[in-house]
Amino acid sequence: MIIAFTLVLLFAASDLPFRGDPDNQMNQEVSMTGTEVAGNYYIQEAYHDAHTPNIVTVILGDYRSVDTLGEQIVIFTAGLITFLLLRNRKEGEEDDE
Amino acid sequence: MTNKSSSPIVLYGTRFLSPYIMLFGFYVIFHGHYSPGGGFQGGTLLAVSLLLIRIASGTDLAQLQFKEYLTTPLAALGVVIYFGTGLTALIMGGYFLDYEELPIPGLEPAYLRYWGILIIELGIGLTVMTVLTLIYDNMVKGEDYA
Repeated sequence: MIIAFTLVLLFAASDLPFRGDPDNQMNQEVSMTGTEVAGNYYIQEAYHDAHTPNIVTVILGDYRSVDTLGEQIVIFTAGLITFLLLRNRKEGEEDDE
Repeated sequence: MTNKSSSPIVLYGTRFLSPYIMLFGFYVIFHGHYSPGGGFQGGTLLAVSLLLIRIASGTDLAQLQFKEYLTTPLAALGVVIYFGTGLTALIMGGYFLDYEELPIPGLEPAYLRYWGILIIELGIGLTVMTVLTLIYDNMVKGEDYA
Protein backbone atom coordinates (compact mmCIF):
# COMPACT_ATOMS: atom_id res chain seq x y z
CA MET A 1 0.00 0.00 0.00
CA ILE A 2 2.89 2.35 0.76
CA ILE A 3 4.36 1.58 -2.65
CA ALA A 4 1.06 2.31 -4.36
CA PHE A 5 0.72 5.59 -2.50
CA THR A 6 4.28 6.51 -3.41
CA LEU A 7 3.52 5.83 -7.06
CA VAL A 8 0.43 8.04 -6.91
CA LEU A 9 2.44 10.86 -5.30
CA LEU A 10 5.25 10.54 -7.84
CA PHE A 11 2.74 10.64 -10.69
CA ALA A 12 1.20 13.80 -9.22
CA ALA A 13 4.61 15.37 -8.63
CA SER A 14 5.68 14.80 -12.21
CA ASP A 15 3.10 17.35 -13.32
CA LEU A 16 4.24 20.14 -10.98
CA PRO A 17 5.75 23.23 -12.60
CA PHE A 18 9.42 24.02 -12.19
CA ARG A 19 10.03 25.92 -8.95
CA GLY A 20 12.29 28.68 -10.22
CA ASP A 21 10.30 29.48 -13.33
CA PRO A 22 9.45 33.22 -13.27
CA ASP A 23 6.34 32.64 -15.37
CA ASN A 24 4.69 30.50 -12.69
CA GLN A 25 1.47 31.71 -11.15
CA MET A 26 3.03 31.69 -7.68
CA ASN A 27 5.79 34.05 -8.81
CA GLN A 28 3.48 36.60 -10.40
CA GLU A 29 2.93 40.06 -8.95
CA VAL A 30 -0.84 39.90 -9.52
CA SER A 31 -2.89 36.94 -8.37
CA MET A 32 -5.44 35.03 -10.45
CA THR A 33 -8.29 37.21 -9.26
CA GLY A 34 -6.49 40.39 -10.27
CA THR A 35 -5.38 41.65 -6.86
CA GLU A 36 -1.85 42.52 -5.79
CA VAL A 37 0.17 39.81 -4.07
CA ALA A 38 1.35 40.77 -0.57
CA GLY A 39 4.69 38.99 -0.88
CA ASN A 40 5.69 41.37 -3.64
CA TYR A 41 5.44 44.31 -1.27
CA TYR A 42 7.34 42.43 1.44
CA ILE A 43 10.28 41.62 -0.80
CA GLN A 44 10.54 45.12 -2.19
CA GLU A 45 9.97 47.18 0.97
CA ALA A 46 11.14 45.03 3.91
CA TYR A 47 14.64 46.48 4.12
CA HIS A 48 13.39 50.01 3.62
CA ASP A 49 10.76 49.65 6.34
CA ALA A 50 12.81 48.04 9.10
CA HIS A 51 16.50 48.13 8.06
CA THR A 52 16.67 44.39 8.65
CA PRO A 53 18.26 42.21 5.97
CA ASN A 54 16.32 39.10 6.98
CA ILE A 55 12.93 39.37 5.29
CA VAL A 56 11.53 36.45 7.28
CA THR A 57 12.22 38.24 10.55
CA VAL A 58 10.51 41.39 9.30
CA ILE A 59 7.44 39.44 8.17
CA LEU A 60 7.17 37.43 11.40
CA GLY A 61 8.06 40.26 13.76
CA ASP A 62 6.47 43.24 12.10
CA TYR A 63 3.93 42.61 9.35
CA ARG A 64 2.53 39.45 10.95
CA SER A 65 3.31 40.28 14.57
CA VAL A 66 -0.19 39.57 15.88
CA ASP A 67 0.17 36.03 14.55
CA THR A 68 3.47 35.66 16.42
CA LEU A 69 1.81 36.95 19.59
CA GLY A 70 -0.77 34.16 19.16
CA GLU A 71 2.00 31.57 18.80
CA GLN A 72 3.67 32.79 21.97
CA ILE A 73 0.39 32.63 23.89
CA VAL A 74 -0.16 29.07 22.61
CA ILE A 75 3.25 28.03 23.99
CA PHE A 76 2.53 29.76 27.30
CA THR A 77 -0.84 28.00 27.52
CA ALA A 78 0.81 24.63 26.86
CA GLY A 79 3.17 25.26 29.78
CA LEU A 80 0.31 26.25 32.06
CA ILE A 81 -1.66 23.13 31.09
CA THR A 82 1.23 20.86 32.06
CA PHE A 83 1.36 22.79 35.33
CA LEU A 84 -2.35 22.14 35.94
CA LEU A 85 -2.34 18.50 34.83
CA LEU A 86 0.86 17.18 36.37
CA ARG A 87 1.08 19.21 39.58
CA ASN A 88 -2.46 18.29 40.59
CA ARG A 89 -1.54 15.65 43.16
CA LYS A 90 0.63 17.93 45.25
CA GLU A 91 -1.93 19.23 47.75
CA GLY A 92 -4.57 16.51 47.85
CA GLU A 93 -2.63 13.29 47.75
CA GLU A 94 -5.30 11.26 49.52
CA ASP A 95 -8.02 11.70 46.90
CA ASP A 96 -6.67 9.39 44.23
CA GLU A 97 -8.96 9.34 41.23
CA MET B 1 14.88 11.99 40.44
CA THR B 2 18.09 11.72 42.41
CA ASN B 3 21.05 10.82 40.31
CA LYS B 4 23.63 9.12 42.49
CA SER B 5 25.28 6.97 39.87
CA SER B 6 26.26 9.60 37.34
CA SER B 7 29.93 9.64 36.51
CA PRO B 8 32.07 12.77 36.92
CA ILE B 9 32.74 12.74 33.19
CA VAL B 10 29.04 13.33 32.49
CA LEU B 11 28.81 15.98 35.19
CA TYR B 12 31.83 18.00 34.16
CA GLY B 13 31.16 17.48 30.45
CA THR B 14 27.67 18.95 30.70
CA ARG B 15 28.93 21.70 32.98
CA PHE B 16 31.49 22.57 30.32
CA LEU B 17 28.98 22.43 27.45
CA SER B 18 26.06 24.30 28.98
CA PRO B 19 27.44 27.89 28.86
CA TYR B 20 28.48 27.49 25.24
CA ILE B 21 25.01 26.28 24.23
CA MET B 22 23.54 29.22 26.14
CA LEU B 23 25.90 31.62 24.36
CA PHE B 24 24.87 30.17 21.00
CA GLY B 25 21.21 30.61 21.98
CA PHE B 26 21.78 34.31 22.70
CA TYR B 27 23.63 34.57 19.39
CA VAL B 28 20.67 33.05 17.54
CA ILE B 29 18.25 35.48 19.21
CA PHE B 30 20.31 38.63 18.69
CA HIS B 31 21.54 37.70 15.22
CA GLY B 32 18.04 36.88 13.98
CA HIS B 33 17.98 40.14 12.04
CA TYR B 34 20.79 38.99 9.76
CA SER B 35 20.63 35.20 9.62
CA PRO B 36 18.08 32.43 10.17
CA GLY B 37 16.98 32.40 13.76
CA GLY B 38 14.85 34.33 16.17
CA GLY B 39 13.05 34.04 19.43
CA PHE B 40 11.67 30.53 19.10
CA GLN B 41 14.90 28.89 17.98
CA GLY B 42 17.11 30.82 20.38
CA GLY B 43 14.76 30.19 23.27
CA THR B 44 14.85 26.47 22.53
CA LEU B 45 18.65 26.53 22.63
CA LEU B 46 18.60 28.37 25.96
CA ALA B 47 16.17 25.79 27.32
CA VAL B 48 18.44 22.99 26.09
CA SER B 49 21.36 24.40 28.03
CA LEU B 50 19.23 24.44 31.18
CA LEU B 51 17.76 20.96 30.60
CA LEU B 52 21.20 19.47 30.00
CA ILE B 53 22.24 20.37 33.54
CA ARG B 54 18.89 19.23 34.89
CA ILE B 55 19.15 15.79 33.27
CA ALA B 56 22.84 15.23 34.00
CA SER B 57 23.17 16.41 37.59
CA GLY B 58 19.63 15.97 38.88
CA THR B 59 16.91 18.48 39.66
CA ASP B 60 18.20 19.41 43.12
CA LEU B 61 21.65 20.46 41.98
CA ALA B 62 20.22 22.29 38.95
CA GLN B 63 18.36 24.68 41.26
CA LEU B 64 21.70 26.47 41.63
CA GLN B 65 21.59 27.33 37.92
CA PHE B 66 17.93 28.19 37.45
CA LYS B 67 15.36 28.13 40.22
CA GLU B 68 12.26 26.08 39.60
CA TYR B 69 9.77 28.60 40.95
CA LEU B 70 11.08 31.24 38.53
CA THR B 71 9.76 29.49 35.42
CA THR B 72 6.07 30.42 35.49
CA PRO B 73 6.52 34.13 36.36
CA LEU B 74 9.23 34.54 33.72
CA ALA B 75 7.05 32.89 31.07
CA ALA B 76 4.27 35.31 31.93
CA LEU B 77 6.81 38.14 31.84
CA GLY B 78 7.75 37.18 28.28
CA VAL B 79 4.12 37.41 27.17
CA VAL B 80 3.78 40.72 29.00
CA ILE B 81 6.89 42.10 27.24
CA TYR B 82 5.42 41.28 23.84
CA PHE B 83 1.91 42.47 24.67
CA GLY B 84 3.21 45.57 26.46
CA THR B 85 5.24 46.57 23.42
CA GLY B 86 2.12 46.39 21.29
CA LEU B 87 0.04 48.19 23.89
CA THR B 88 2.61 50.98 24.27
CA ALA B 89 2.48 51.58 20.54
CA LEU B 90 -1.30 51.60 20.74
CA ILE B 91 -1.33 54.12 23.58
CA MET B 92 1.21 56.38 21.87
CA GLY B 93 -1.16 56.83 18.97
CA GLY B 94 -0.37 54.11 16.44
CA TYR B 95 -1.86 50.75 15.66
CA PHE B 96 -1.42 47.70 17.89
CA LEU B 97 2.20 46.47 17.54
CA ASP B 98 3.05 49.41 15.29
CA TYR B 99 6.66 49.95 16.36
CA GLU B 100 6.94 53.35 14.72
CA GLU B 101 5.14 54.93 17.66
CA LEU B 102 7.33 53.49 20.42
CA PRO B 103 8.55 56.22 22.80
CA ILE B 104 12.30 55.75 22.24
CA PRO B 105 13.79 59.16 21.43
CA GLY B 106 16.31 59.89 18.74
CA LEU B 107 15.61 57.10 16.27
CA GLU B 108 14.18 57.06 12.78
CA PRO B 109 10.98 55.05 12.23
CA ALA B 110 12.88 52.29 10.40
CA TYR B 111 15.30 51.83 13.31
CA LEU B 112 12.38 51.93 15.73
CA ARG B 113 10.98 48.94 13.87
CA TYR B 114 14.40 47.29 14.11
CA TRP B 115 14.51 47.65 17.90
CA GLY B 116 10.84 46.76 18.26
CA ILE B 117 11.43 43.45 16.51
CA LEU B 118 14.40 42.80 18.81
CA ILE B 119 12.31 43.51 21.94
CA ILE B 120 9.55 41.11 20.96
CA GLU B 121 12.09 38.44 20.00
CA LEU B 122 13.53 38.74 23.51
CA GLY B 123 10.03 38.26 24.94
CA ILE B 124 9.47 35.18 22.79
CA GLY B 125 12.85 33.73 23.77
CA LEU B 126 12.15 34.23 27.47
CA THR B 127 8.76 32.53 27.20
CA VAL B 128 10.00 29.57 25.15
CA MET B 129 12.99 28.97 27.44
CA THR B 130 10.98 29.04 30.64
CA VAL B 131 8.03 27.06 29.29
CA LEU B 132 10.23 24.21 28.08
CA THR B 133 11.98 24.13 31.46
CA LEU B 134 8.58 24.28 33.17
CA ILE B 135 7.30 21.30 31.18
CA TYR B 136 10.36 19.25 32.12
CA ASP B 137 10.09 20.20 35.80
CA ASN B 138 6.41 19.38 35.89
CA MET B 139 6.96 15.98 34.30
CA VAL B 140 9.63 15.17 36.90
CA LYS B 141 7.33 16.34 39.70
CA GLY B 142 4.43 14.35 38.26
CA GLU B 143 6.62 11.27 38.25
CA ASP B 144 7.36 11.76 41.92
CA TYR B 145 3.76 12.33 42.96
CA ALA B 146 1.94 9.84 40.73
